[in-house]
Formats: sequence, structure tokens, C-alpha cells
Amino acid sequence: MSQLQTYVDHKVSVIMNDGRLVVGMLRGLDQTTNIIMQGCQERIFSEDEGVEVVDLGLYMIRGDNIAVIGLVDEEADNALDLDSLHGEPLSPIKH
Amino acid sequence: MLFYSFFKTQVGQQVTVELKNDLAIQGTLESVDQFLNFKLKDITVVDEERYPHMMSVKNCFIRGSVVRYVQLSPPTVDTALLQDAARREAQSTQQQQQQHQQQVSKSTTAASS
Repeated sequence: MSQLQTYVDHKVSVIMNDGRLVVGMLRGLDQTTNIIMQGCQERIFSEDEGVEVVDLGLYMIRGDNIAVIGLVDEEADNALDLDSLHGEPLSPIKH
Repeated sequence: MLFYSFFKTQVGQQVTVELKNDLAIQGTLESVDQFLNFKLKDITVVDEERYPHMMSVKNCFIRGSVVRYVQLSPPTVDTALLQDAARREAQSTQQQQQQHQQQVSKSTTAASS
């Protein structure tokens, strides 16, 4: 996807079809939105506790499983207080 | 290809894209491609209290396969023109199919004789 090329080597936040959210450095992609991400961290949202962060490492995610790729504004992201951030877990994509 | 062309006319407009996981993202349409993948800028999530997942994201790419609805602002859409274009596209695909069938039947009669 040439329109995604501008996100390469930037920090992105990916929402997957099962509702999980993964943040990491976008390193590569192809025309079917398969992507390679480095230094991935999963952010697990819950209503009564802060955001839990799990280190995952290098991931290749198949395009079929990707819903949204968000370009992370690092300044805004660093200002986030994940420990006190509450939110509903996202529902999985239902086709 | 009609809707790809249509969405290209909407570039720069404010749209709300509702996904198949009920998340709705509002933003300015930056670009669209043949798969109807969307790129939005200056986004906000509708009901951000409930879904704070995208708080540090301003620009995003939405995969066409997960889009349920695209909400547009009515004044930007010429529905009469769109209807007419849809009708013409349906007509031309029908004609193409008929031509193709004629060619196939011609070549099969030629082969049997």
C-alpha cells in the first residue's frame, strides 16, 4: 500500500480484528497490508484497572487481521498516563 | 470502480467511518485506494470516554475490509448524479457480459463444426 509507506519507521498503533491493540515501530509492509513491526507492546485496556503493557518483540501481522493502523504522535503518547487510563476492551471485528 | 471514484471526490471532507467492531472514527478524508482503504487525518474517536485506545493518534489508515459504514455530509453528495452513474456502470457491465457470452458461443460453434 503506497499510501502507508509514509508510516514506515514511525511508531504506529495497530488495532487487530480480535480487538487487541499493539504499539510498535513499523518496519515494512506490502500491498495486502501485511506488516512487520519492531519492539511491539500490547496494550490491554480494562474498565477497572489501568492499561496493562506486555512486551511482545518483533511481529509480522497478516493483513487480514488488521483493522486500523494509527500513526502515533509520540509527544501525545508520552504524555499519556497509562496507569490511570481506563477503557472498555474493543470488541472483535464481526463480518 | 464507481465507489472508488466517488470516494475520491470526497477527499478533504469530514467523514465518520464506523468499523465492524462498532468503533466510529471521525476525521478528514486524506486518501482512498482501490480496496476502499481510507486514510484519515485529525481523527477523533466517537465516544472517546469508552474507547481511549486512539488518544495519541492523529492520522490513521483504516483497512477497507473492516468498514461497516461511512457517514458523509449530505451537501457534498450529488445523489442524482451518483444514481445515474451507478445505473450507467450496471449497464456497461451487462453489455460486457453479453458480448463475452456471444464470443464464447461463437468460438464453441466454430470448434464443433
